Amino acid sequence: MEEIKRGTLYTGGSGNSRERPFPWFRLVCLIPLLLWVFGLLVFPHIQLFVISFINNRHPEEGFYLGNYVRFFSEPLYWRIFLRTAMYAIVTTLFTLAICYPTAFFLAKVAKGRWQLGLILVVILPFWISELVRTYSWMIMLRETGVINWILVKLGILSQPVEMLYNDYAIFVGLVYASMLFMLLPIYGVLEGLDDSLIEAAQDLGAKRWTILWEVIWPHSVPGVTSGCIIVFMLALGNYLTPTLMGGKNSLYFTETIYNQFIISWNWNQGAAFGFLLLFLSGLFVWLGLKITRQKLTEVVR
Amino acid sequence: MYVVYIIAFLLFLFVPLIINGIIAFNNDEVPSFPWRGATLDWFYSTNKDHVGVFNDPRMIRAIGMSMRVALLVTAFSLVAGTTSSFLFIRENFRGKQVLYLAIIAPLVIPGIILGISILVFFHGIIGVLKAFFGPHLARPIVRSLRPGFLLVVLGQFSFIGTIATLVISARLRKFPIELEEAAMDLGSSRWGAIFSVTLPYLLPALFSAGILAFLLSFENFSTTLFLIGAKPTLPIFLYSKLRFFITPEINAISVILMGGTALLGLIGMTMRSGKEVG
Repeated sequence: MEEIKRGTLYTGGSGNSRERPFPWFRLVCLIPLLLWVFGLLVFPHIQLFVISFINNRHPEEGFYLGNYVRFFSEPLYWRIFLRTAMYAIVTTLFTLAICYPTAFFLAKVAKGRWQLGLILVVILPFWISELVRTYSWMIMLRETGVINWILVKLGILSQPVEMLYNDYAIFVGLVYASMLFMLLPIYGVLEGLDDSLIEAAQDLGAKRWTILWEVIWPHSVPGVTSGCIIVFMLALGNYLTPTLMGGKNSLYFTETIYNQFIISWNWNQGAAFGFLLLFLSGLFVWLGLKITRQKLTEVVR
Repeated sequence: MYVVYIIAFLLFLFVPLIINGIIAFNNDEVPSFPWRGATLDWFYSTNKDHVGVFNDPRMIRAIGMSMRVALLVTAFSLVAGTTSSFLFIRENFRGKQVLYLAIIAPLVIPGIILGISILVFFHGIIGVLKAFFGPHLARPIVRSLRPGFLLVVLGQFSFIGTIATLVISARLRKFPIELEEAAMDLGSSRWGAIFSVTLPYLLPALFSAGILAFLLSFENFSTTLFLIGAKPTLPIFLYSKLRFFITPEINAISVILMGGTALLGLIGMTMRSGKEVG
């Protein structure tokens, strides 16, 4: 019996085994995927969208635009929204500016063992919990913190100054938190740039800045785009850094959402705010992909 | 000039972390300098005024909670990541592209949106269950669907599963399918072939995806924030501490976390560089 079974399998032939009917396999694989996609992603977001159109006090009334109207009629809300967007944009640009040279160094200047070692060294801090990284900056910047202690010791300051709990501190925190997500994608594309292209440009007499602008930069655009998309999204959605490093009222939009959900217990309003944040981050992702003519599936790879 | 810039970059990256680590051993009530001698108090002290990490019951409970969450998230991510990879790489069916887009979407959705959407959705499910089964019948189920352990796990899995899937499918794509076919020609069933040939081949990817999932879960803050019940995970617990009162105990736990993650991260990275060769 066993022989026959093997025989039939064998005459089934190699090559078309993929077409061998095997409904169970597909089904078993499909169940977790469908539960995940619909149970944790699609339906929750639909539900969030639906409740953002319901009045918190009178849910029986049905369709209600008030949660969105309130966003535009209360200057506080849309101002915090714009402020948060500005923060995210400036953080993105600033992170790009400081990471690009380092990415180039890692990809093209450092060689051999040095290159591997440096990459390892640069990646390691980002395995560390975001909370630990934020805390490290808090004890640097605090009034009783390390930087103040050094400055007073050196006689540059006569007494400690509070450097934490202001807008600049938020910036430092946001940039620090997102550097790797800019560094890696840019490093990835620059690594793929053929050195001979740069040499050819040099042979043809191009100046350094011309090479940078005409050869290196265009080649790195896809990496820059993915880096910018991720950093923007992370900065926009960051809750930890603004609340810990900003002032008592850091006026960050994620905090506004949190307050609606947990403190005011107005989930409908919070859901509307959440969707506005999602809309902004989605818009930015879409724009980034449109401008550089990429697809999301290519960027994440 | 260029090298100076790189050195400055590295200093910016490392000085805060190194100082954080040094202060964990400083014998002072305030996490700062000057150096007042070395101590392990912030790890071991039982003194009520400045309790050390290992004798702080709330800290230990939070670590335990994070461990349990991270292990379950890792398990979920590996199972869903592997099965989904098989579907995306091997199978063709209608709606595949849409499903693929759906699972990579969490990479560009802010973490707190994932948190609130799951919070709202499961609250809705509780409502439906109560309406169907009456308020008493569904109580055990209802309790587990309220903010707490299960919701934290599901919330974190919703995006960590994506990362696991990307890591695993990258390796599955390189798998020479002839190996599986050969095993089947030699008489094994498709399940047998998958378990005896394909899964061992995927092992390095499963390992590094597992480490990645564990680390991401252990440190997650934004998504967890909205889904937590009475028992906080470690990042949430530390956050509540940081908002009000800072002692070098937090430096001590930082040192432990930095050591642990660096170790796991290194292991994961060597496994993944092995993947490129294989």
